[in-house]
Amino acid sequence: MAASPVRTDARAGGTRDVEAGLDALDSAPTLPSRPGAGQRFVRIVLPPVVFLAAVVGIWQLAYVAEVKPSYALPSPADVFDVFWSSLTDGSAFEAVWTSLRRGGVGFALSLVIGTALGLAMWWSRWLRAAVGPIVSGLQSLPSVAWVPAAIIWFGLSNAAIYTVVLLGAVPSIANGLLGGLKQVPPLFDRVGRVLGLSTLGRTRHVLLPAALPGYLGGLRQGWAFAWRSLMAAELITYSPQLGQGLGQLLNVGRELSQMSLVITSIALILAVGIAIELLVFAPIERRVLTRRGLTIG
Amino acid sequence: MTANVTAETLAAPQEVGHPRAGVPAVRVQQVSQVFERDRPPVLDRVDLTVRPGEFVCLLGASGCGKSTLLNIIAGLTEPTSGTVEVSARRPALMFQEPALLPWLTAAGNVELALRARGVGRAERREEALRLLALVNLEGAGDKRVHELSGGMRQRVALARSLAQDSSVLLMDEPFAALDAITRDVLHLELARVWAEQGLSVVFVTHNVREAVRLGQRVLLMGSRPGRVVREWQVDLPQPRTIESPGVGALAAEITTELHREISRHGR
Repeated sequence: MAASPVRTDARAGGTRDVEAGLDALDSAPTLPSRPGAGQRFVRIVLPPVVFLAAVVGIWQLAYVAEVKPSYALPSPADVFDVFWSSLTDGSAFEAVWTSLRRGGVGFALSLVIGTALGLAMWWSRWLRAAVGPIVSGLQSLPSVAWVPAAIIWFGLSNAAIYTVVLLGAVPSIANGLLGGLKQVPPLFDRVGRVLGLSTLGRTRHVLLPAALPGYLGGLRQGWAFAWRSLMAAELITYSPQLGQGLGQLLNVGRELSQMSLVITSIALILAVGIAIELLVFAPIERRVLTRRGLTIG
Repeated sequence: MTANVTAETLAAPQEVGHPRAGVPAVRVQQVSQVFERDRPPVLDRVDLTVRPGEFVCLLGASGCGKSTLLNIIAGLTEPTSGTVEVSARRPALMFQEPALLPWLTAAGNVELALRARGVGRAERREEALRLLALVNLEGAGDKRVHELSGGMRQRVALARSLAQDSSVLLMDEPFAALDAITRDVLHLELARVWAEQGLSVVFVTHNVREAVRLGQRVLLMGSRPGRVVREWQVDLPQPRTIESPGVGALAAEITTELHREISRHGR
């Protein structure tokens, strides 16, 4: 290398220009501008509203045609009356709040236990071999099957409800985390080792962030399972001492043979599910995937 | 930026580009690697010495064990036998893929290397931006990995390797996946950074012209068993390009030898 500093410098300048040109030509185009509010309304809000209106229309037609007797198929207006009064007398809010609190506590517990279990299964090959198949199997076992056992163990109590929720959500979360960890490219771990990160440092800065998309998928499924399990548990563990959740509201409708209340309860359960998905999981997932360039939008 | 480079180049110790005698940067002695017992060893008693500041290219067909040798020097793989001494605390290693972590920004990737080295939080950001500027990526610090082109990613990877502050840089076909135009520019870039930083480089490639264009010494590796079969001193003047007549002539000579070596296996 006989190149003098000045020479090196001049060449660096040359490289800089070519590189700047290549970078400009070769870079991914910046993200398309966000569509305006009007466009978003037409693309995102309008379709489900139109669909819902169509469903109510068909329902009204079926009611007018008396496909079923009116006690079994009330009119949309009847159901709306029950729905509206449940909102005005506050019983809907109470039921939603009671269930949401149970679901939240149950999910939080599942999150801690499921994450610990997933990590333990990752670290210990033996544990993975021993409990892996059972954890996977548990995912396909409807957690309502645990309700009788939970009631025998804990009586008609919140403990019984939480047991069922945990058994529903923990396997999904543990499996999601384990799946995410398994899919981490080995190259990333080598990068961590080349950089000289300790085992703990590699876990914290490389392994866990790399496994995040799989983990999020597990959390999402875990929440869905927790919510379903909760409804099953509430439907069966009916007791005056327990707060009245949505599942119990459903049971009241059944006992009174009041179809309007049953449909109202189902609508509320669905609404909570959709709200959590849209307000919690979808934004987090979108954020994570967009940052990594893993979504086409 | 331009002014800074000049200042740093002037301030750098005089051994830049002039290998000094003394402790070798890398010394590989009688290293063998056996993966399967019944097959010929992947590496067979390989000897390799890299002087401080030297640029050595390891050339060979696919499967000749050159990447394995690099992994052994990097400390990622234990050799079956033999010894490896590296003068740096921990050699930096660049892969064929940029291997950037996609949840971090360009600067974030460089900062992780600084963090691993124990650089304080306050200095990391500034140092990362300085290193990115060194590979002509000023202003790209906040870009996400997926927003960068292949060439830019590989330059971020180079900046990350430089962040390790190691005097030894190992490169495993780092430009093989790039288009020819980008590769040419990165050759210039690498030659400049090497000269400025006084690095000792072991560069693995299967591209003969690339090896001649970059290396001060080219080692040809034979396959099964993998070992160094011949070496060439490249005395062509710098700066040179892949089109320089001298590069073409020597590359032709080495290619003939490479083909002869590969043909052995077809018989």
